[in-house]
Amino acid sequence: MIKKFLKGFSVHSFLIIMSFLSLFPFIWLISTALKGIDENIFQYPPYFIPKQFTWENFTGVWKQIPFLLYFLNSFVVALFTVILNLIFSSLAAYPLARMEFKGRNFIFCLVLATIMIPFQAIMLPVYLIVLKLHLVDSYGLVCGYLGLILPFAVNAFGIFLMRQAFLTIPKEMEEAAFVDGCSVFNIWKKILLPMTAPTLAVLAIFTFIGSWGEFLWPSIVLTNKSLYTLPVGVNDLQGMFSANWRYIAAGSIISIIPIIIFFIVMQKYFVSGQNEGAVKG
Amino acid sequence: MNTFYKKYIPYLFLLPAIVMLVIFFFVPFFQTIILSFYDYSKDIYSPFFAGIENYKMLFSNKEFYQTLFNTFMFLIMVVPVLAILPLVVAIFINQKIKGINIYKVLIYLPVVVSIVVVAIAFKWLYSQEGILNYIIEFLGISPIGWLTDTKFAMLSVAIVTIYKGIGYYMMIYLSALIGVPKDLYEATEVDGANEFVKHLTVTIPHLMPVIALVVTISSISALKVFAEIYVMTKGGPLNSTKTIVYYIYERAFENLDLSMAATASVVLLAVIMIFSIINITFFENKRYKL
Repeated sequence: MIKKFLKGFSVHSFLIIMSFLSLFPFIWLISTALKGIDENIFQYPPYFIPKQFTWENFTGVWKQIPFLLYFLNSFVVALFTVILNLIFSSLAAYPLARMEFKGRNFIFCLVLATIMIPFQAIMLPVYLIVLKLHLVDSYGLVCGYLGLILPFAVNAFGIFLMRQAFLTIPKEMEEAAFVDGCSVFNIWKKILLPMTAPTLAVLAIFTFIGSWGEFLWPSIVLTNKSLYTLPVGVNDLQGMFSANWRYIAAGSIISIIPIIIFFIVMQKYFVSGQNEGAVKG
Repeated sequence: MNTFYKKYIPYLFLLPAIVMLVIFFFVPFFQTIILSFYDYSKDIYSPFFAGIENYKMLFSNKEFYQTLFNTFMFLIMVVPVLAILPLVVAIFINQKIKGINIYKVLIYLPVVVSIVVVAIAFKWLYSQEGILNYIIEFLGISPIGWLTDTKFAMLSVAIVTIYKGIGYYMMIYLSALIGVPKDLYEATEVDGANEFVKHLTVTIPHLMPVIALVVTISSISALKVFAEIYVMTKGGPLNSTKTIVYYIYERAFENLDLSMAATASVVLLAVIMIFSIINITFFENKRYKL
């Protein structure tokens, strides 16, 4: 009994410490953002509870930075990246899972090979291609969005994830549907997709998170501030309020509210332990 | 299986994905290699074939060697910690006790938050008169220039990467822990082994392939580190945190030195491909089997 209690106690203590460390950088940002203008945010010893509690830093930074616009940009980019990934991955995965055709091995290897090509090593030519296709913001809003979305519209991890999901569906289902006069496209749409809905959800959620947090690519292609996504906009805070850490902290906290809500609502997909490898490494 | 579809059908299904992969993976891949053999330095609009001159130049460049060294040091700092610490956390979290879900959510939280915000938060913790320097002063150590001292800057960046990665690798370990047969633990319990010995003799050997997987994937992502550095140090002080991707970024998009950017990219490609091939053939072969 005592042994069991001690075990539970040590497990809880360890996990409480880890959780606290995990939250600590954000707690300190929030504390800084809530401190009044007359408080010394560098004071020794540091303290967490603001003495002159204020929302002014939040309202101040909100007035100067178009967070709603950045949020909208991030949302549009992430949403369409997700939609295209779901369509393209599940389309491509079907023949790779089920059909016999010439060049199957070749195409399989081709898709597999893209896993080995890191975006960071090819971003320069990708940029040149995007420029050539006029998919940059200087050609307008839609072009700017497309330039952010299309390079990430499909990735091999998604194709393999969907392929694995299709492999678990019994073949008899499709054959029966075919005998009933169902076309191949309808078999894909009406049988395979609904039966792999949980995998599609996992792919959607992790693609969304990846796209939402993407920083390198948008910071390369975007020149027009009205197309900034949240990560680029937040990084910009540093330049705009160079020494004003109250504003930088407040802006950073504002920027993560949407994704925190998303995470809490969708938490079972993240922490259920069945999604290993769904995210790109 | 009887073929109930026409011959061209498979290709139609594959077409959209293949077109995208060709435009945004294969063409840029070959273009990177081609660019690395051309000299753009005289006139960016009329490059000429330069053979292996770019490679000679890159490998006689001290700054490039430093970026390679920095990247390697970063990998050495990050990978062992990310292979071990999340495993320890996963073992602690893999228990039937109350509130386990809250712990999971809190420890996973940094994974979903943008790296830019995490880097800004740490920059604030790291500031000269910041809270971390207060804590270490309290412990009797003199304050550190976390991001301004060449001795510590890379370590400070590595801490951020580790912080952001713990939850991700923890989940990989957690799903592997479910597969460890319970009766193996019971056998050690009969022998009266304590928790530590139990995990050392059963869990760790059983999870060896997963640990190796985590080592390769965390190595690959360590080689690709960029955002932390861009947000916190811009490669400084004195190039002490300039890694290979940052070097490529700087060459390509700040100096418009396409030749050196492409040549360094080929080096990065080669290194990452080695890790990826190890990963695909040894650890994830089940997922990618035809």
